Amino acid sequence: MQIQIKGGRVIDPGVMDTPADIFIEDGRIAKIETRRNDSEPAPFTDSGPEDVTVIDARGLLVVPGLVDMHVHLRDPGQEYKETVETGSRAAAAGGFTAVCCMPNTSPVNDSAAITSYILDRAARCGLVRVYPVGAISAGLSGEQLAQYGDLKSAGAVAVSDDGKPVSDAQLMRRALEYASGIGLAVISHCEELSLAGGVMNEGEVSTRLGLPGIPNAAESVMVMRDIALSELTGVPVHIAHVSTSESVEAIRAAKARGAAVTAETAPHYFTLTDEAVNSYDTHAKMNPPLRTEKDRLAVAAALADGTIDAIATDHAPHSQIEKEVEFDLAANGITGLETALALGLRLVEEDVLSLEQLFAAMSKNPAKIIGKPCGLEVGQAADITIIDLSAKYLYSAAKDRSKSRNTPFDGRELKGRAVYTLVDGSIVFDLSKDT
Amino acid sequence: MQWTKKDVLDIESLSAEEIGLILDTAFGLKEISERPIKKVPTLRGQTIVLFFMEPSTRTRISFDIAAKRLSADCVAIAAASSSIVKGETLIDTARNLEAMNPDIVVIRHSSAGAPHMLARSLDVSVINAGDGMHAHPTQALLDMMTVREKKGGFAGLNVAIIGDITHSRVARSNIAGFIKMGSAVRVAGPATMIPPGIERLGASVAGNVEEAITGADVIIMLRIQKERQRRFLFPTEREYSVQYGLNAARLGLLKSDALIMHPGPINRGVEISPEAADGPFSVILDQVTNGVALRMALFYLLAGGARHADTD
Repeated sequence: MQIQIKGGRVIDPGVMDTPADIFIEDGRIAKIETRRNDSEPAPFTDSGPEDVTVIDARGLLVVPGLVDMHVHLRDPGQEYKETVETGSRAAAAGGFTAVCCMPNTSPVNDSAAITSYILDRAARCGLVRVYPVGAISAGLSGEQLAQYGDLKSAGAVAVSDDGKPVSDAQLMRRALEYASGIGLAVISHCEELSLAGGVMNEGEVSTRLGLPGIPNAAESVMVMRDIALSELTGVPVHIAHVSTSESVEAIRAAKARGAAVTAETAPHYFTLTDEAVNSYDTHAKMNPPLRTEKDRLAVAAALADGTIDAIATDHAPHSQIEKEVEFDLAANGITGLETALALGLRLVEEDVLSLEQLFAAMSKNPAKIIGKPCGLEVGQAADITIIDLSAKYLYSAAKDRSKSRNTPFDGRELKGRAVYTLVDGSIVFDLSKDT
Repeated sequence: MQWTKKDVLDIESLSAEEIGLILDTAFGLKEISERPIKKVPTLRGQTIVLFFMEPSTRTRISFDIAAKRLSADCVAIAAASSSIVKGETLIDTARNLEAMNPDIVVIRHSSAGAPHMLARSLDVSVINAGDGMHAHPTQALLDMMTVREKKGGFAGLNVAIIGDITHSRVARSNIAGFIKMGSAVRVAGPATMIPPGIERLGASVAGNVEEAITGADVIIMLRIQKERQRRFLFPTEREYSVQYGLNAARLGLLKSDALIMHPGPINRGVEISPEAADGPFSVILDQVTNGVALRMALFYLLAGGARHADTD
């Protein structure tokens, strides 16, 4: 079985940006043939040998498969919101070839059994790679370490108590130390709960709406704590969903000192502000909350200068049962797998990021943080995303492959989308065959 | 002008002309409450639901009396007796209410934005009787009615609002209302209870109570709402009273024609002393009286006033 991706512009961040054809054999990249003259794409015919599939990539972008290091698949336990299969379908349609699923399922993924269950589900649907993230603390209780050795053996790539902070600083210190011995990355949800206690960003908008606010400092004080603990232990820490300018400043300064800190942000933090809450729209409610324009710009600038390494969706499906309620009672979170790429491309359109920077933040950087291979090199597994940068369309939440519809981007005109997603050399998403 | 709005959810969504029309209507209806037979047939056959998901005595009774004086049929539902305690969602409860064809739903709810959610999903008129810390438009309108009654208008007046601004829906709605009508508003209180960005709403922040009330034409004292207090906002009621209460000594700073107002219920001796609450500056009971007329005006405008005006 061979696949040839011909006529496209191939970007492998840090390696190449060139017109090239990619040849895939037995699920791996067999050859990358650079074309000399960009204006003259290689002669293209789709009549080849029977067992060769040729993908016409003329006018399209070919990049390493996108990696979303922060999603919630809700499986096991909340299958009415999402399953490994529906989440994987949404991921593939969004151009992702791999996702890291957070452990706040029911039961919590703090055991080899749950990790194995998730991997089994993922293997059965055979779409994207699913990398389970185990819990930092058993049961997400914040009281004792989960069994990282078991988690690692079963296939977990990292640990996190995402959805909750690790409030006990000593537990966080020990988690970093113990995880480093086992070989798992540590992902921190930074939120000082005694300061948080609100339902949206604290500021002018929360004052106007009469909603209790969450100040920026609720995030940044714990970002600073975790940087200090990383420096104390010498163990890398990854900061999840950075939303504030103060967190950005703290991470930037830490990186300048050489601290082993990495960070991600989500598309909504560089796209929206707390003004989106204005009509008490529960689809603008998430944790951390949408912040101000100053923060939005700081997050975008941090992606541009490398302070923030990765874009991750924090895909958090919820049904109308959790969202069609009073704002303060509504669940936190929005879906993101099918909107992330187009929202990221807006930063390119606005000259904030280059294409190379965007795809580094959406593929190679997150892969590196979780210790997984990524890139377009001969011999590598053929995880590849093919993108039409110029496609304009109205995004419809109703047509999203996710089981849930909770997104503030419903009805928005988006530009740029995945047209093919390949995992291990298999086409797991083909826009032209999609209904 | 003619009334066209379906709902009254907050002051921000009303124009100065609409506020003027509401107040004119309220002054016109006030006299009904002074008659020996305090009832007119205007809203006969109309059904009004008072949907109170948060405890309230004064506001609920005020709405109830207002409905009865206009001959509307009025049903009150309280949180404890509603299906919400059986797990029904707010929207489902409201849709069930609507299926019984009321004309107006008055809602009080502890969640900011709950009335807006109802208004979006229901065809009937919705009046916000207080939502969380967000808005209490009928209170602000009756406060404005009282000020217009005593002062003749709003232009150039200085309005001081003292107390827990952060947790006060009365403060938010009064700031929006008085500024919209041409008054200046300043707030004062413990710094723990002055919300961020309040200046962007048009209010100035005074450094202390003395500064806020000196030269003020209207002083609105806010109740210290113990039920909404988070920790650490102020040390003791005693210190609050000393630092921020309106007491006999501070009355000496007032303009001779200043008005002291309070949305009630008052904490006598905490934010307001008996001398201030019962003395010559106080119009606190006028507010309560005007509240009935003001709510009659909203019922009248929403439930048929405009339609009647059309056919007259």
